[in-house]
Amino acid sequence: MSEWKRQEGDETIFRTCAWSPPGCHPVGCGLQVHVKDGVVVDVEGDPEHPITKGSLCPRCLALTDYIYHPDRIIHPMKRAKEDRGLDKWQQCSWDEACDMVANAAQEIIDNYGPETICVFGGTGREANYWYTQWANLVFGSPNSVYAQAGWSCYGPRISNTAFMIGGGYPEIDYAQKFSDRYDHEGWVAPEVIVCWGKEPLRSNPDGMYGHAVIEMMRQFGTKLICVDPRMHWLGTRSDIVLQLNPGTDTAMAMAWIYVMDKENLVDREWIDAWTYGYDALVERCQSMPPSKAAEICGVDEELIWQAARLYGSAKPSSLAWGLAVDQNPNGTQLGQALIALMTITGFIDAPGGTTLGMGDDGGNRVKEGGGIDASQRIEDENDSTLMLALKYGIMSQETWDTKRIGVDKYPAVGSIMWTAHPDEFLKALETENPYKVHMAGFVSSNPVGTAISAEPQRWYKALKALDFNFACDCFMNPTIMSCCDVFFPVASTIEHDGMVATHYASNASFYGAQNKCVQVGECKSDIEIMMMVGKKLHPDFWNRFETQEDYDNFHVMRSWLPFKELREKVVVMSEEPYYKYKIGKLRPDGQPGFPTMTGRVELYSTMYQNWGEDPLPYYEPPAYGKESLPELSKQYPLMMITGAREQHFFHSEHKQIQALRQLTPWPMIDINTQDALDFGIAEGDWVEISSPYGSIRQLARVTPTMKKGVVHCMHGFWYPEEDGEVPNLYGNWKSNVNMLMPNSVNGKLGFGDTFKQMMVNIKKVVGLGGSNDPDTNGIILEPSRQAEFTVQQVWRPEDAPTDQYLQK
Amino acid sequence: MSHGAIYIDFEFCSGCHSCEIACRKHLRIANDKDGIKVLEDRPYQQENGAWHWDYIAYPTELCDLCEDRVAEGKLPSCVQACQAKVLEFGTIEECAEKLKKKPKKAAIFVP
Repeated sequence: MSEWKRQEGDETIFRTCAWSPPGCHPVGCGLQVHVKDGVVVDVEGDPEHPITKGSLCPRCLALTDYIYHPDRIIHPMKRAKEDRGLDKWQQCSWDEACDMVANAAQEIIDNYGPETICVFGGTGREANYWYTQWANLVFGSPNSVYAQAGWSCYGPRISNTAFMIGGGYPEIDYAQKFSDRYDHEGWVAPEVIVCWGKEPLRSNPDGMYGHAVIEMMRQFGTKLICVDPRMHWLGTRSDIVLQLNPGTDTAMAMAWIYVMDKENLVDREWIDAWTYGYDALVERCQSMPPSKAAEICGVDEELIWQAARLYGSAKPSSLAWGLAVDQNPNGTQLGQALIALMTITGFIDAPGGTTLGMGDDGGNRVKEGGGIDASQRIEDENDSTLMLALKYGIMSQETWDTKRIGVDKYPAVGSIMWTAHPDEFLKALETENPYKVHMAGFVSSNPVGTAISAEPQRWYKALKALDFNFACDCFMNPTIMSCCDVFFPVASTIEHDGMVATHYASNASFYGAQNKCVQVGECKSDIEIMMMVGKKLHPDFWNRFETQEDYDNFHVMRSWLPFKELREKVVVMSEEPYYKYKIGKLRPDGQPGFPTMTGRVELYSTMYQNWGEDPLPYYEPPAYGKESLPELSKQYPLMMITGAREQHFFHSEHKQIQALRQLTPWPMIDINTQDALDFGIAEGDWVEISSPYGSIRQLARVTPTMKKGVVHCMHGFWYPEEDGEVPNLYGNWKSNVNMLMPNSVNGKLGFGDTFKQMMVNIKKVVGLGGSNDPDTNGIILEPSRQAEFTVQQVWRPEDAPTDQYLQK
Repeated sequence: MSHGAIYIDFEFCSGCHSCEIACRKHLRIANDKDGIKVLEDRPYQQENGAWHWDYIAYPTELCDLCEDRVAEGKLPSCVQACQAKVLEFGTIEECAEKLKKKPKKAAIFVP
């Protein structure tokens, strides 16, 4: 292995692992960064990285274009509150910017209480680790917010896993935990991989290097089954693709269980030894034979039998679940059925099956190349952000218990996601009930923008009215332009030290060093900025840290490996063993089994039952569709899905980077060939897409790969090249697909939204259109009018006071 | 030494464009130029129901097969960056051997 830092001629070459910014999930791809005179001259893949082996996606290959982009913000800036929405930013010093934030926060804490300050985290970036710490440890507030309706990205899958298995996130086994990879003794390739609502090549894969699927297809003949309304490129290389109606996945998954049980394609011995409630699950699935699922899903019945047989017969088999599990009010049940499918084969945590992690990120740290398992979990003062906040008196137990918005209504969400409930938080912002919120921070989050938040027009109106707002980011964006008073410039992944662990360490294949290669402008890392503001507000806690490394060693690395050692190794493989449940590596008590109430994989979920949810999976049709709303759906005859990725963009990011933008210059709506004819739309036409919530415009791509009756709209599009001031706001409202989808249409436990099953209409229009400004076009639903538009599920629990929830 | 060439298994080229950008950075050429270019033959369903949808990356006249990188013992930038690892570098003869072993949806380019 080469050194982490070496000299070649006049260049210094750093080996490092990527996380963010720019946006990405913790995949930790290996980089070699060439630096000359303090400036990056080249970024290439690191051939010595055991997972990526020199490969890189376009975003890191274009990293120099990002870090040295003329529009990047590289100095702190401030703006008067009355100038929100106008480009009247002024450069200021770090000291002044930190003072402004700390002083505003202190005044609000003194006058209204710390809970009236909230901190938003976005998707994927490192700040996902830090936004709860910003809230809890800097401001003493319980209200960190991930603004996607129903917390519908990753959180539902993490929670499903925690409730039913108790272990870390399940992932395809591509020998990712071993330095000798596919040569590892005992490893075998999956015979069949199911990609369910997931396209691993282009998705932003949380921790998986997606193209490993192609490696296994080419080298080992691994077959694929895809379950997706789209025939995506990987689908054309698959054995079977089930192009189902959007949002009907739970019916499909139940039908697979029906087939696999009927034809004895399950590992009955394993099921008896390690699961709870299999017979009840099978009995439930008798209500969903393939004939019925075929009708619901719009898929040929014979193909369902074939797919379930192919999966059930494969030895071993693996199942990857995607965002479609989360972005569905019926997704909690889908996740439940898919965990059943991953486990009843007996291939969970088996070689070539679906791997499990050692546990949550509080306990799962490697030591000397081997795992610290759950039984060795460190129970000390470092253990959690919450414990630290309580111990140092930064946040009171009462504040945590009674002021975190929405978790009284949705305790299942609050139990795993240590944040507010997003939809409930939005209502609180608008109605000032249970209390008025006064200040927001946005650390790598852009809820007014085009990435994660449903009805961003409502977030926009609510957030711009707050007393004081600040943001940490790299570029100006619609949220900061419209709402913020202070801008902290954030260092990119190659401008700061740190650690990246795949799947946020919940199922780590390796731990990678992010090594600082250069300094750009005055940028500082998320942690450095948090420390600077923290020291002003709570010096007793924060003054122990002088440098980022101090904080990394304290809170990131914990006790297993000082950062300096990780830096030199660059990559430390987790080398976790298989069958951890058999050898007592999952449970805190060191006993064999799973860390659940019953010690087994709970196919019949006692946790769901405790929260008043059905303990077994059931199918519920999409909230917005022909079946649920037969009259309204006549005006909106198509089903829309959104969120499929372009690998050269990360959500709303990268639209300024010419090398990337030119690959997809405009947002595309994919329309089935026959639908395009029926609606009089041709390739390259501008199309207006309307839902009961608003209208936007995207460019038509006519393709036979879309299921008839279904369109796909790209997310994340705005136009940083356009006028940034309100009302245009960088064209934020022109093509923003999130404007078409509601908040507060969640599942019973509080997870799920309509991003992948929303009814729409389409028509041909001329051009991209005007600013579509929600301040003037009347599309913002006032709280009093929301009920008439929002589908109210009959089971929706009444708002219960927080103290009642705490009694439970 | 025999002339160098690029082998591609385009059955599995996913069209990610990594090769294009890696090459452009290496050659230090503008965004409107390419040393290797990913082409797409857009999807359609064949008579037998099977799907056709191919990407293929081919080197242009700006490609020098990364002479300087190869001289240093490195792979050409496109080959190294390729996420699907479907691009390979070798002599024409070596690439022909690869083609013999995979006589389906594969090609050799000599820029």
